Amino acid sequence: MIKHLRLPVRRKNRISRSWWGNTLLLIFILGIGSFMALPLIYTAVTAFKPMNELFLFPPRFFVQHPTMDNFNQMMSIVNNSWVPFGRYVINSLFVTAVGTTGYVIIASLAAYPLAKHRFPGRSFMSKTIVWAILFRPEVTGVVVYIILAWMGMINTYWSLLLPMMAGSFGVFLMQQFTVSFPDTILEASRIDGADEWGIFWKVLMPSLKPGWVTLIIFTFQGFWNTTGINYIYNEELRMLPAVLSQISAAGIARAGAGAAVALLLMTPPVIIFVVSQSSVIETMTHSGIKE
Amino acid sequence: MRSSTKRSFVRTENSGLIELSHGIRRDMKGNNKEITLGRKVKASRTSYLMIAPFALLFTVFTVIPVVVAIILSFTSFNMVQFPTFVGLENYSRMLLDDEIFLIAIRNTLIFAFLTGPLGYVMSFLFAWCINEFRSVFKALLTLIFYAPALAGNVYYVWTYIFSGDQYGFLNNYLISGGLISEPIQWLTDKNYNLSVVVIVVIWLSMGAGFLAFVAGLQSINKEYYEAAAIDGIRNRWQELRHVTLPQMVPQLLFGAVTSISASFAVGYQSIALTGFPSTDYSTHTLLIHMLDYGTVRYEMGYASTVAVFLFGMMLLSWIVINKMLRRISND
Repeated sequence: MIKHLRLPVRRKNRISRSWWGNTLLLIFILGIGSFMALPLIYTAVTAFKPMNELFLFPPRFFVQHPTMDNFNQMMSIVNNSWVPFGRYVINSLFVTAVGTTGYVIIASLAAYPLAKHRFPGRSFMSKTIVWAILFRPEVTGVVVYIILAWMGMINTYWSLLLPMMAGSFGVFLMQQFTVSFPDTILEASRIDGADEWGIFWKVLMPSLKPGWVTLIIFTFQGFWNTTGINYIYNEELRMLPAVLSQISAAGIARAGAGAAVALLLMTPPVIIFVVSQSSVIETMTHSGIKE
Repeated sequence: MRSSTKRSFVRTENSGLIELSHGIRRDMKGNNKEITLGRKVKASRTSYLMIAPFALLFTVFTVIPVVVAIILSFTSFNMVQFPTFVGLENYSRMLLDDEIFLIAIRNTLIFAFLTGPLGYVMSFLFAWCINEFRSVFKALLTLIFYAPALAGNVYYVWTYIFSGDQYGFLNNYLISGGLISEPIQWLTDKNYNLSVVVIVVIWLSMGAGFLAFVAGLQSINKEYYEAAAIDGIRNRWQELRHVTLPQMVPQLLFGAVTSISASFAVGYQSIALTGFPSTDYSTHTLLIHMLDYGTVRYEMGYASTVAVFLFGMMLLSWIVINKMLRRISND
């Protein structure tokens, strides 16, 4: 463990801090970090609490006798409907996988010319993309519904995929990462005979891994937490969060099952986060963008 | 070299290889060409093709709905009958006759000027600190700090901590520590509940911006630091000011947008913690006001007016911050 706490050994001429500076920084970071993690640890711990510990007085933070009761209760509530639980999981995973892949590709693809090419309409498009992030979607829902209904997409996965893939957030993110990419490399690739599509796939995307991996995390979270309650009425097409939210909606009596739901729902994003972050850190420590 | 004229023209366009005089460039074949809008559009065909898939979705599902919402702000619309045009009536009602709107503005500005900048600076500071650590530890710390945003709407857990009865963790500790004699109604007492929401919003602010900062710091070419050390930069603060910050301007701009869009739109957090409506509207914000009219009272026209107003405030602060941040990269 101690080995990991030390700073990365960089080349000699990089300034490094004194050992007490490192220790101080570590204590500071861990102190704030525990404040950040506390409510989540509490959720995880509560999910395994038996009924009598949930309403203990005085309240106790940690679980004494962990049990799977809450998960069983959650399953029994959900299993009352005629659609098997696994179906909801598959629905959510499918929409999340398709949506995330699709959005990361079209957003990165749009971001490249916006950041690096000059063409009529570029500055207008760039402005619109930022401005659209600042407009709250709550009042546009009605119109989106009308458009979806007119296209006959209500009660299909398209109604979840298309409006979310129309968000400009990811394009702006990728645009900001593409801007920093050195023009000299793009020039060199063009002189070597690569066309713009080749540059995008073979030169740009591998170097922008920190950017699009970050986008994968945001997009995955967005799709995974989609309830789709406004667009999906068909029982077998419903999303997992929509089904599970009816459990926590029942209030304090289901506090334990509610925590189990929260824990279940946050697991896939955490896994995606850990896998993708470690892969970025791996590649970036070895290469980095170099001119 | 298929379609060589077009391709080479794009090449000239993007790199500015040979600019002869104003408006005339020489393409790869050596022909001078006057640049007209039509030619530019034609030459940029690849650029448009790359943007097309997103642009199509963006227009249909974002631009059109937003434009319609702006139009609706000038109408009276109950979501059943067809909207009727009322001119500026919604706007004058909002600014002159709506007392709760004034409370909402006050609270929204508190979040925008307190939690917004604070969360933004903290996000960068922590990302910068975390970037100093080794790989595995770095990933772990990033996860811990990003965890509140990663876990969806788990912030309701704070209701257990701030719960008004003796079962609440905070009350329980304060009472057993002898600091207070009876439980404080953290979530319903209007002297406290806004502060509670502020704390939770700050806790939630290590979000998209923070993660973009962590990723951005990783993409900075290490050679810049080596060059800077040779050029006489002697401590971390100088390094931050003269190397790191200028390199991070694109990510800082992204972080600013997410920070603005999050801090002006605080609302769901206050509803989850302090209920709706909160005691005497003490934690009421513009977003809640909009939700109130849009989803409870079905006055979609008026809700759109509030949304347009909120958008105007966000846009204004974006324009100011954008100017400020671009200055960092220039000097």
